[in-house]
Amino acid sequence: MTKTARLAVDIGGTFTDLVLALPHCSLSAKVLTTSDAPERAVLEGTAAILTQAGIGAADLALVIHGTTLATNALIERKGARTALVTTDGFRDSLEIAYEHRFEQYDLYMERPEPLVARPWRFEVPERVAADGTVLLPMDEAAVERIGVAAKAEGAEAIAICFLHAYQNDAHERRAKDILSRHFAPEVIAISSEVCPEIREYERTSTTVANAYVLPLMERYLRRLEDGLKAIGSTAPLLLIMSSGGITTVETARRFPIRLVESGPAGGVILAQMIAAESGISRALSFDMGGTTAKITLIDDMKPQQARHFEIARAARFVKGSGIPVRIPVIDMVEIGAGGGSIARVDGLGRITVGPDSAGSMPGPACYGRGGTMPTVTDADLVLSWLDPARFAGGHITLDAAASHTACHTFVGNTLGMTPPEAALAITEIVTETMANAARVHAVENGKETSGRTMIAFGGAAPLHAVRMAQKLGMDRVLVPVGAGVGSAHGFLAAPPGYEVVRTRLVSLNAFDGPLVNGLYDSMRAEAEAVVRLGAPDATLLEVRTGFMRYRGQGHEVAVALPAGPYGADSEAAFRTAFEATYRALYGRTIPKLEIEVLTWTLSLAEAKPLPARIPDPPATAAPTPSGMRRIMDPGVRQLVDASIYDRASLLPGARINGPAVIVEAETSTLVPEGFRAGPNAAGHILIERIA
Amino acid sequence: MSKMIGEIEIQILWNRLLSVVEEQAQTLVRTAFSTAAREAGDISAGVFDMKGRMLAQAVTGTPGHINSMARSVVHFLDAFPAETLKDGDILITNDPWKGTGHLFDLTVVTPIFLDGRTVALFACTTHVVDIGGLGVSAEGRQIYHEGLYIPLMHLAREGRMNEDLLGIVRANVREPVQVVGDIYALVACNETGGKRLREMMREFNLADLDHLGEEIISRSRRAMADIIAKLPQGSWTARMTIDGFEAPVTLVATLTISGDRVLVDFTGTSGLSRYAINCPMCYTEAYTSFGVKAALAPWIPNNTGTLDAVIVTAPENTILNAPHPAAVYARSVMGHMLPDVVYGCLDQALPNTVPAEGTSSLWNLSLLAGHGLTGMEGSAIRTFNVTTFHSGGAGARPQQDGLSATPFPSGVRNVPIEITEAITPLIVWRKELRRGSGGPGRQRGGLGQRMEIANRDDAAFGIQARFERGVYPARGRSGGEAGAKGRLSLATGASLAIKGLQIIPAGDRLIVEMPGGGGYGDPFARDPALVARDVRYGLIEPAQAEGEYGVVLTTKGEVNAAATNRRRASR
Repeated sequence: MTKTARLAVDIGGTFTDLVLALPHCSLSAKVLTTSDAPERAVLEGTAAILTQAGIGAADLALVIHGTTLATNALIERKGARTALVTTDGFRDSLEIAYEHRFEQYDLYMERPEPLVARPWRFEVPERVAADGTVLLPMDEAAVERIGVAAKAEGAEAIAICFLHAYQNDAHERRAKDILSRHFAPEVIAISSEVCPEIREYERTSTTVANAYVLPLMERYLRRLEDGLKAIGSTAPLLLIMSSGGITTVETARRFPIRLVESGPAGGVILAQMIAAESGISRALSFDMGGTTAKITLIDDMKPQQARHFEIARAARFVKGSGIPVRIPVIDMVEIGAGGGSIARVDGLGRITVGPDSAGSMPGPACYGRGGTMPTVTDADLVLSWLDPARFAGGHITLDAAASHTACHTFVGNTLGMTPPEAALAITEIVTETMANAARVHAVENGKETSGRTMIAFGGAAPLHAVRMAQKLGMDRVLVPVGAGVGSAHGFLAAPPGYEVVRTRLVSLNAFDGPLVNGLYDSMRAEAEAVVRLGAPDATLLEVRTGFMRYRGQGHEVAVALPAGPYGADSEAAFRTAFEATYRALYGRTIPKLEIEVLTWTLSLAEAKPLPARIPDPPATAAPTPSGMRRIMDPGVRQLVDASIYDRASLLPGARINGPAVIVEAETSTLVPEGFRAGPNAAGHILIERIA
Repeated sequence: MSKMIGEIEIQILWNRLLSVVEEQAQTLVRTAFSTAAREAGDISAGVFDMKGRMLAQAVTGTPGHINSMARSVVHFLDAFPAETLKDGDILITNDPWKGTGHLFDLTVVTPIFLDGRTVALFACTTHVVDIGGLGVSAEGRQIYHEGLYIPLMHLAREGRMNEDLLGIVRANVREPVQVVGDIYALVACNETGGKRLREMMREFNLADLDHLGEEIISRSRRAMADIIAKLPQGSWTARMTIDGFEAPVTLVATLTISGDRVLVDFTGTSGLSRYAINCPMCYTEAYTSFGVKAALAPWIPNNTGTLDAVIVTAPENTILNAPHPAAVYARSVMGHMLPDVVYGCLDQALPNTVPAEGTSSLWNLSLLAGHGLTGMEGSAIRTFNVTTFHSGGAGARPQQDGLSATPFPSGVRNVPIEITEAITPLIVWRKELRRGSGGPGRQRGGLGQRMEIANRDDAAFGIQARFERGVYPARGRSGGEAGAKGRLSLATGASLAIKGLQIIPAGDRLIVEMPGGGGYGDPFARDPALVARDVRYGLIEPAQAEGEYGVVLTTKGEVNAAATNRRRASR
């Protein structure tokens, strides 16, 4: 048998999801995550799913893996004892951070503790200027003394971050050489490699976070590789990154910080594939689980990308309260709104939902595990959107009376509403909160939500998707097949890829083509060396982005750059590209103002073709409903008789009209009055407003 | 079901309005030029009903606009009554007394029409990079020194921009392209808000905002009233002396909790300054009400209902109610101090709630080199003019140490050193926490910072200083000690004044030592383990451990418990 089986494994907080793709079908499995040694669940799950498929580990062609291990180590502060080596006079940069308060009105606000305490932040006399000139040569003896001291203190990892090292990395490299006398080079991270980008606090923070998880990830990846070999696999192991690309173990070992937030990235890749095969050029992916909801804009089948991410936000979901890292990420807004989010009434008589969640223990009141507060799931049950007997495939029987009591006690009673009124208010507020977050996220990026198609997955999304779409001016919602293990499915579609970054301030008024060409040549070489490991022979797709601004502006906009090489006449093309982007974002350009490029990125990935558009199926007769239920319709806000359908009974091409509920094992889809729904050729349920 | 629909809709619409002004504000933050707006969030945005009542305001980086902008809309409606406004009209001003306190702040107000009727007004404010005059100097003597003054007027009439005004702006400011760009950003910001509001009103079939506005305001007012009614009733007075410009300034506040309102009166406060640290009444109100609200009801969104619960007064011709033609550019120097004075009163009414005094006024560095200031045109100087935002230490809280290098009450962010160095010839040689600067206390005050700055060019550079806490430090509370005083000096030794233009000669370095926050509670009651940690971390001087905290450490830096007990008992 030739090697054709591909395995995707996604380690989450509670479950480890596995998907095995075979030439003609795919299998999926869920096992409990083994936090003390996560590779154990991976290996056990792998063995089980291979047995189920009747093949051996030797038949695997590829293993793609995503893990929250690095993220959890950062959130739980369980990484390596890390020392920071930095420019004399700047050891507090990591602690001083942005010098700001992320909660304007909170007199008792606390900033998160830096990952490296002050005595472990060592200073080296040395100084490079913004143009790369050495103003003060590095005191090598001081570096040697630091190596001795850090070793004696028991440091396990070292982060080196000098000012302007993105411009001239000589001091960082030399310091790494010297410290390598005391530490393995594998546990030393330097900022000019991890994040060669201007802005010292964020570069330091990224480098430190990378060093902090280096030893842990190094050990884990080694154990996993050994374990896979031991069960007979010879398949390459690739890791999914937060950008949605995959990379080799070698790269993951050096830059483990690029692996954070890889699970949600898998979900977005899945949404991207669905957008492609369904021919959706403007999509919004909406992933709502038990605790959080995540929203990403997907234009022209490309998820929006960013270079900034915050780990472990201390104060709920408040921007600026976490550990900032500058890495390529899929740009998503995450809010504390899920099925388990708790509803209450504040001192103004306003209903608030989340960001705190009842989780799975005690869970919503209807789980009967001791929860008394009303959650979104309780509200869903009171409105009869859920069937108490068929929740989670019938594994959990829901207690509707408990939901009624919870909605009455904590919301209805205070506001003079009946339990159904209170429940409707709870679902309306949670969808409103998510819709508002989506709208603000779009406007921050100069985009609109209206006219998009929503791709809704995660356990709680299909019940609230249509209502949320309405609030965002969207008439179409797609609920994919098997939304429950979406991330792992997405991994299988991810292309090998890598992104590199450089900061060089270049004014278009004095455009230096040869300098930029040199920069991009070295970036291409760096990226290609990484990507070729995972895609030795594939055609590669290169995307260049310039982070540009009018001189004087504090922030840059990401501009898609023309392909190189550049000559003296390229300045005009850069200007045109910048002005087009600026106009799209802000509706105007500013004549006569100097334009500059601050940061350059090159992203290189296997040119994997997206799935082709699947033609619409011919119309098929709608099945008879499996039953009727009286439910609250959120649009007309009245009790209506809804038809209940089993998802499996709906064949491609069938169309049913709302009000209806479509039931499957992991979730239920609500089709309100005024909407029509049915599977497309790929089996995804398309819900559309009836014109 | 009609009652329920009404209630749910009010809940949703209130949420939506807060989101609309957030989108409005984000549009401004993204498109504005000045670093004050972009990096520091020094902007504001809000929606008003046709009576000029503020219904919602975005939460942004500066409390300085909180009710100054709210009041400015009333001034606009007085000058341009609602019935005279036409679709496409846009109004503007930078009047310090009818806007937000100095000429650098431009306020733009846009009436929103739905089906031919005005339904709301959107207002927004930003701090522009330049407005002519003396620039970022606290040395102006009259408002006429401080640049271009735009009275309340039309920026656009029925969609046509007032090109005459834009021409005057271009001719009077140092960065015409950027300032005019910011004016367009203000226009776009209100447009975004208006578009969303119209969508919302169509979605919910609203013809006007009367009922919704009434509900928002009355519910907020009631919530404030409920909170205030539970507080002890009475009057409390506090005073705080600060450096001032030509002479020390004493700020005196009397806070009265009476029924469901809080009244703050500044009778007894010093008179006007000859220089630009005077505060127009609108700005005094803004920071005073921010201080009260942060202590009493931080979670209630700002609107006319909440603002009406706090009444602020100050006698005219005091530094907190400066009339035209006083110079007011650096009014934030006074404004930022007002929560500290308010907390001096509240600490008596509500012990163990409010923080000790902090650095409060920002230590922003306005650094420059240019003709007539640090050299002459045609000499070798590279000219530049940058302002970066920095903060000393904040006051300790009843149960927590003060935050180091953190602004309060302002909410600005710093500018990275690498960015400043990339756009100027400046080199920042050090930027670090200033050891020992936090006021001793059971809870220690936040630390200030120490910075060392030089010019790479062989040329002088200047700093437009407008700093506080150089003579009068931030005081501690409940037995806590004062934070360290701030200081400007040269590496070669000479001290510099902390108000006005100071020159750093070629080859020398500027040393900036920012003040620390006041401590809270008796320093001898501080947990000895925390004192030992502070020594180990280099946050306090080793000598302070025994001298100020009564904690005796072993040679290894560990707490000597017996010796500490003796030392503390023998005080």
